[in-house]
Amino acid sequence: MGVITDHLDLWGEALTGTLILFVGGGLIALVLGLIVGAMRVSPIPIARAVGAVYVNWIRNTPLTLVMFFFAICVPILLRERIDPIVLPTIALGVYTATYVAETLRSGINTVPVGQAEAARALGLTFGQVMTLVVLPQATRSVIPPMMSVFIALLKNTTVAAGFSVLNLGSIRSWLSEQGENQLVVLVWVMVIFIVLVLLLAWLQRVFENKWRVAR
Amino acid sequence: MSSVLYDVPGPRAIARNRIIGAVTVLVILAGLGWVIWRFAATGQFTAAKWELFTYSSIWALFAEATLNTLAAFAAAAVGALILGFILAIGRLSDHAWIRVPVGWIVEVLRAIPVLIFMMLLYYGLPVLGIRMTPYAAVVIALIAYNGSVLAEVIRAGVESLPRGQSEAGYAIGLRKSGVMRLVLLPQAIRAMMPVIVAQLVVTLKDTALGFIITFQELLYLVKLLGSNAVYGSPLIPAALVGGSIYVALCLALSYVAYLLERRLRRSDRAQHAVDPMHHPVGAGTDTELIALQTGAGKFNQGGGGTA
Repeated sequence: MGVITDHLDLWGEALTGTLILFVGGGLIALVLGLIVGAMRVSPIPIARAVGAVYVNWIRNTPLTLVMFFFAICVPILLRERIDPIVLPTIALGVYTATYVAETLRSGINTVPVGQAEAARALGLTFGQVMTLVVLPQATRSVIPPMMSVFIALLKNTTVAAGFSVLNLGSIRSWLSEQGENQLVVLVWVMVIFIVLVLLLAWLQRVFENKWRVAR
Repeated sequence: MSSVLYDVPGPRAIARNRIIGAVTVLVILAGLGWVIWRFAATGQFTAAKWELFTYSSIWALFAEATLNTLAAFAAAAVGALILGFILAIGRLSDHAWIRVPVGWIVEVLRAIPVLIFMMLLYYGLPVLGIRMTPYAAVVIALIAYNGSVLAEVIRAGVESLPRGQSEAGYAIGLRKSGVMRLVLLPQAIRAMMPVIVAQLVVTLKDTALGFIITFQELLYLVKLLGSNAVYGSPLIPAALVGGSIYVALCLALSYVAYLLERRLRRSDRAQHAVDPMHHPVGAGTDTELIALQTGAGKFNQGGGGTA
């Protein structure tokens, strides 16, 4: 416990760093993923193709490599100094957006075509079909897998440790400079992550039970 | 697939779609153009930055780094598959004293970020006097994480099989091990093959984490070459080359997963074509149905079919 209580401010900063990466990356991923997911189901062939290329390429690129491009290559291209936490956050967002897009797409695909056809047959307008029939069903089947995407995002924030961002993944090197036992530090980091992940998994189960679709 | 969302476009919708399509193309081209302009403005296209790649010794280094990546991947993939089977069978055990601890191990291993596990092995264990190479740390961490994920995949595969499969196995006198080995696992693996290969793609991608704990794979080499001031610090050219190799490897493996999935879907459809639609009762077996009809007690509902 001494490892934590002796360096409380550093642990606080590390946790803040992880949370900034998580929340910032998550927001970027949601917005970008929504756009790309919409492109992938759109009636415009060009937009579908662009979305498919984006998803397939980024999903087959290691996150470390995506972050390498953003955190190390982008400053060279821009010739500017940027706050070290910004670019890894964008990298996390860009990477996670592909998973968000795929989750959204498969969620929409779980709604049977007959649902929309039945709604159309009742005389509902396009807006009503969407808001009353398709989206409520799609949302329910999207939320549990979406939580899995965010659990993965939380664990992926540690990759920023390789790019000199203070977060829970890199607190080891900060503390080892001060002569702390690295093993104990890492075990505590593990415990924190297990707690955070179990918390999100519990939330996921709550949502899943609340919004289970009988089909 | 998109037919839930859209009508067949009429003349006005077609015109609008064309405009949106053109705007998309323009935005993408503008983005690409901007990137190329930045490349040119910062001199990434100058011959000096690419001179390094005219030497065969540099390509030998790339080959070596790629082999390191692949070696870590191969060892991790084999190990993860073996661990996945062991943990899956443990989680499916009838004995609670095996099932519950294995369940906890799987949950904990899945919750720990791979990078933290690698750091624990590489930086943490020397405190206890256990030293290992970065290669060993990368491989062990990847085995632990991917093995636990694969265990869940295999378990889901077994649980998604109709209960009649194991009942039939027991009925012809197989023991638990026989039912698992001869009946359940072969079908589960076949059904889950695309997911298993997709998880192997994740394993391949995660070998790149090794660069953070100084494992000498592709990204490590990229950074090393990029800091070579004699050749004008060609970090971006090196990153493009190394990144392309990584992406090519992962795309190839993903393509295998895609092919497997397509083959599976096609054979599924063939089976359905043969199978007449006489199953209005949903999940469950005839044995369960008879038991229900004769009031032989409540069966474990919702455990079998869908997962």
